[in-house]
Amino acid sequence: MNFDSLLWVLLLGSLLGLELIGKVPPTLHTPLMSGANAISGITMLAALTAIIKAEPNSPLLIIGSISLGFALFNVVGGFFVTDRMLAMFSRKPTKKNK
Amino acid sequence: MNLPDIIKFVIDLLAVLLLALGIKGLSKVRSAREANILAAFAMLLSVVGLLSYYLGTSGIPSQSWAWIIVGSLVGSLLGTLLAKKVPMTSMPETVALFNGFGGMSSLLVAIGAFLFPFNEVAKAGSLEPFINDASISVSIFVGAITFSGSIVAMAKLQGWLSTPGWTQVKARHFVNIVFGVTSLISFIYLISGNVSSIWLLVIASTLLGIGVTLPIGGADMPVVISLLNSYSGIAAAAAGFVVDSQLLIVAGAMVGAAGLILTQVMCKGMNRSLISVLFGGSLSAQTTTSSGSGEYTNITSCSVEECALTLEAANRVIVVPGYGLAVAQAQHTLREVTKKLEQNGIEVVYAIHPVAGRMPGHMNVLLAEADVPYEQLKEMDVVNPEFPATDVVLVLGANDVVNPQAKNDKSSPLYGMPVLDVQEARTVFVIKRGMSAGYSGIKNDLFDLPNTSMVFGDAKKVLSELIGELKDLGVGDK
Repeated sequence: MNFDSLLWVLLLGSLLGLELIGKVPPTLHTPLMSGANAISGITMLAALTAIIKAEPNSPLLIIGSISLGFALFNVVGGFFVTDRMLAMFSRKPTKKNK
Repeated sequence: MNLPDIIKFVIDLLAVLLLALGIKGLSKVRSAREANILAAFAMLLSVVGLLSYYLGTSGIPSQSWAWIIVGSLVGSLLGTLLAKKVPMTSMPETVALFNGFGGMSSLLVAIGAFLFPFNEVAKAGSLEPFINDASISVSIFVGAITFSGSIVAMAKLQGWLSTPGWTQVKARHFVNIVFGVTSLISFIYLISGNVSSIWLLVIASTLLGIGVTLPIGGADMPVVISLLNSYSGIAAAAAGFVVDSQLLIVAGAMVGAAGLILTQVMCKGMNRSLISVLFGGSLSAQTTTSSGSGEYTNITSCSVEECALTLEAANRVIVVPGYGLAVAQAQHTLREVTKKLEQNGIEVVYAIHPVAGRMPGHMNVLLAEADVPYEQLKEMDVVNPEFPATDVVLVLGANDVVNPQAKNDKSSPLYGMPVLDVQEARTVFVIKRGMSAGYSGIKNDLFDLPNTSMVFGDAKKVLSELIGELKDLGVGDK
């Protein structure tokens, strides 16, 4: 892709982000922040690309791998922790009857 | 376009669509949990799309596979472990830590891309080297700020770091400007081909992240974390330019923009502007020297027994939970108290200030953990008109959010902040460890009012004593 079309992508993506969450009940602020935070770990794709494209024996393999680790820590941990928070809001007749 | 291109294109489009639906769904109570799973699935899908694309075109060397597996296993395992183990009360810190690591990832990948260029386009020179270097610089700059800022924010929320007095000097702005200018200079060196200036950029932006976050008081930390969350989206988008991925750019931009909106919402809840949060320094450090201080003249303290007697006679009780409750881990004990009251036919409602706890929504999570029915949690605007018709208000570890100064005293730094009008109720009990000021460091006029009684003690201890007293009174034993 050339640079200017990537800039269009950036612009439209930002506008979409501004529109996506208009009204959020305060209850969901923390989970929403946590969920959005997990999505920001999408840099794992950049880390993966770096590892795949690295020459064999390149230090880039190691840097990419560490970067991937950090990103997945963010993604996996972020989604689990968000789920833990949201699980508490779900009405729980099933879970309580133990 | 050949087949792998088409497949990747379709998968990327689908992933973006699902991510957008995920963020949207996360903003509604009914759909939030499914939306979170949907977003997680979209992320998995994007990885599958990327791997299948390279498998179908250039192939993935076995060495790369090894490093991919090692990196993802270690990261996912540690992340899962932390997510499952961490107590609900430390949610804000946890989000900050995750966020910092996301920033670290963008930072590392940008350093790697700069030192060992892997992008054919950049190598061949068809993508202008300037754009490549500029994207790398932005990714490093924002990634490093996100990382160091988030770690400082986490350390402050954990109580590992306080706000040292020297960080409040006006000169700190000058120091931060120096860090900013150094980053800019190293950026210019970097595009003009000076490879080693990348380290200067890394160091200067890391220091800038620390320099900006360190002076900010703990009460404002949620806003900072939300803002840093937005930054990590921007860092991801910048990394998208580096590796030429539209998916990364869209997802990063969405998170960046959505994070900004959330930040705005939080600022509104605290009646603070973003500018004053970022550059105003810690509220407490300023106010202890200027206005807001003063002696309490008319404090009434009472025993747990008196509190129980009043509660027993009440028809309607409103509980105002604050961070003190969360710190004392007393939400379960509180639930036992309110259960007893409900069994006696007393109506119990929880008044949730928009910034109760450490983050908007944090208190809702904690109370939900203690099985408080969702319907009993009332937001400030709904509950405020109900205070005059209320017999007893229990303030548990909340302080600034119930300070009438915010309404009455124009000289108060809190003036204008939306507060809960607890003083309108017949009787107010404030359960508090001592007379220390709240997060803002400002005297609370509520404590001086004739209808307010202080019950001194740790929230959990007082509440469990309260259970005992209520039992003695025969409350809740049907």
